[in-house]
Amino acid sequence: MLSCESYDFAQNYFGKWGTKMGLKTFIGGVHPFEGKELAKDAPIKEVLPKGELVYPLSQHIGNPAIPVVGVGDTVLKGQKIAEADGFVSAPIHASVSGTVKAIEPRRVATGDMVNAIIIENDGLYNEVSYEEVEDVTTLTREVIINKVKEAGVVGMGGAGFPTYVKLSPKEPEKIEYIIANGAECEPYLTTDYRRMLEDSERLIAGIKIILQLFDNAKALIGIENNKPEAIAKLKELTKNEPRIEVVELKTKYPQGGERQLIYACTGRAINSKMLPADAGCIVDNIETILAVYDAVKSGKPVMKRVACISGDAVVQPSNFLYSIGTSYAQLVDEAGGFKANPQKIISGGPMMGFPVFTLDIPTTKINSDLICFLKDEVAEYEPINCMNCGRCVDVCPENLVPNRLARFAAKGLKEEFEKWHGLECIECGSCSYVCPSRRYVAQSIKTMKKQVLAEKRKQNS
Amino acid sequence: MSELLHVSSAPHVRAKISTNRVMLCVIIAMLPTMAFGIYNFGFRALLLVAVTVLSCVISETVYNLIAKKKNTIGDLSAVVTGMILALNMPVTLPLWEAVIGGIFAIIVVKMLFGGLGQNFMNPALAARCFLLIAFAEDMSNFKTETANFAGTIYSGATPLAELESTKGILAPWNQYQLEDLFIGTTPGTIGETSVLCLLIGALILVLTKTISLRIPLSYLGSFAVFMFVFGANSITSGAAIDTVFTSVLAQLMAGGIMFGAFFMATDYATSPITRKGQILFGICCGVLTGIFRCFGGSPEGVSYAIILSNLFVPLIEKITIPRAFGIPKKSLKKKEAA
Repeated sequence: MLSCESYDFAQNYFGKWGTKMGLKTFIGGVHPFEGKELAKDAPIKEVLPKGELVYPLSQHIGNPAIPVVGVGDTVLKGQKIAEADGFVSAPIHASVSGTVKAIEPRRVATGDMVNAIIIENDGLYNEVSYEEVEDVTTLTREVIINKVKEAGVVGMGGAGFPTYVKLSPKEPEKIEYIIANGAECEPYLTTDYRRMLEDSERLIAGIKIILQLFDNAKALIGIENNKPEAIAKLKELTKNEPRIEVVELKTKYPQGGERQLIYACTGRAINSKMLPADAGCIVDNIETILAVYDAVKSGKPVMKRVACISGDAVVQPSNFLYSIGTSYAQLVDEAGGFKANPQKIISGGPMMGFPVFTLDIPTTKINSDLICFLKDEVAEYEPINCMNCGRCVDVCPENLVPNRLARFAAKGLKEEFEKWHGLECIECGSCSYVCPSRRYVAQSIKTMKKQVLAEKRKQNS
Repeated sequence: MSELLHVSSAPHVRAKISTNRVMLCVIIAMLPTMAFGIYNFGFRALLLVAVTVLSCVISETVYNLIAKKKNTIGDLSAVVTGMILALNMPVTLPLWEAVIGGIFAIIVVKMLFGGLGQNFMNPALAARCFLLIAFAEDMSNFKTETANFAGTIYSGATPLAELESTKGILAPWNQYQLEDLFIGTTPGTIGETSVLCLLIGALILVLTKTISLRIPLSYLGSFAVFMFVFGANSITSGAAIDTVFTSVLAQLMAGGIMFGAFFMATDYATSPITRKGQILFGICCGVLTGIFRCFGGSPEGVSYAIILSNLFVPLIEKITIPRAFGIPKKSLKKKEAA
């Protein structure tokens, strides 16, 4: 019938009609204050861990890993300390050498208590020996996937989905695009940007390894156009690579959302019940691709990653390469500590991250960045009546009607919630961000979504 | 860290936009129209606007006091309601009637239903219709007593009434021609006469992204089509094509339709939130306005058309639930069949 979308709709299509007018993007979205200036130009600095390191057994989606070491055991750096439990799970490796002090529940960034292996760092960094591969092109599919699996590589953008599962779809010949997610649309975060600048060669090599698995695929590196240096550098490096293309994306949140990125890069749309593979795509985070490279080329498990410690409360906003298991407290110290008492500290970005109430929590494979704010903006506003202005509808990247969904959530109307496609919500928070009445739109929808999904699971089992 | 950290669900940042800023945009957009109203009808127009706005704001304050709620006048929506209501009145309306209109709009139509965003009818329009019925004579008295800033005293019929009496033909001997309608030097309610000022206001609303053009364009478009086909002077009546065009244009510019399409039909609370729904709503308004103007007893029809369409909003939304991103059309049909 009639079709009339937001302004971006037109822009998107004008872009696609080959006029090169618009950059590639999705429909909807918001433009939050970027804040990337703070840590954008801080080169990645390596940080050596102090004291004990904590390895929660759940650093991925799926079953928690099972410890294979006992209290009192001496472990080497790179040694497997917990193994995957089942298909969707991942092993965990020690990032330092030392002794296992305890295996006990510890607080993690999401606020939960999770069983964790605690290792006292002996400061020697005695490492196991790795099997370096001279020429990765000689490796077979099975060998590569097995290496990725054994190295415990998971989606390091936050989802924590085991990467080897993603890399072994049912019909690999149907995969047409490998999308490297360099959008980094969350405000303040600069880790992917620094990685793309400083580790560009390894990133390209990692992409090539993944391309090796999919004969019919082309790789796209999606980068928002607020990172021109990264775009220029990667374009230069890939100019002789027919199978790799850098895709310039419009700077708009949530450009890096999986479904939005796929749409922006390929024009294909998927819903919550589909996998990227259903649209012939595999999406991987920059950090994950680097981990794949290390796993395949050097045989190294996931032990390190980069985090951005930023926000207006931090003395020296920085990007750190640290050993997984290091506590956030140490990373904040390395960044010079706080200028003044922060009011809010967020693990992840300000749009989707989890607030933490203590810094005594370990870093994991999946959450790294820490944004510290002197002031909690959200607490200053009090929600008032919704005036039905429809701004949430304009910005919703999933074409939902957030204020209706929030109303259904408040009234507990599950059927209506599903009828208005509430389960398609990607929890990006754009609706809450843009709400002039400062209502907790996304928050209500998220809660309702969990309830509906839990009920469905109950019915199915 | 001695102080406790704040913990709340994401997102942790908010846009700078706020409800009162949105309302302020609407107020600013109405200023040209109001200024022209004062020019065209004298200072009493300003007095009427001030009294009506005050009546609305005080009503809301008193209601909140009695209901022991936080005072909500800070969101400026009461000011907007007051302004729209006042601009919908003839300049000669007794002040006490304007006060009653303001009280009715705020207490009965808005606050009793839960305040901002919860009302199902546009408060200003509902109050206008209330006044039209209660004080029919005063509300349709467009003869001014004193000269305006251009020295005119209006004593004749409004352009729309004139159009009705000439069976929709905008003849050269009509008192008001298209340019008068466009500039607004005609009798009528305070805010409806100047198409030019209303368009400036509409431009402000669109540029500040306060409204989208979906409702106004579908409203005006469908109304024009309706008049083109069913108007007293339409293609079906065998009139010459240029006569038809002028009379349709005159219909578009006379009376409250411009003001209604840009400032009243677009009221957030009482229009659909779905994009397709907004277009349907606009068409609904346009067709109803057409019916009322062509076949109704009074030359005007905009107010009733909009508040009637307001009542259709829940139904319109029900049939225009947008398809979420990535949901193919086919699967929806299958679901419906199953």
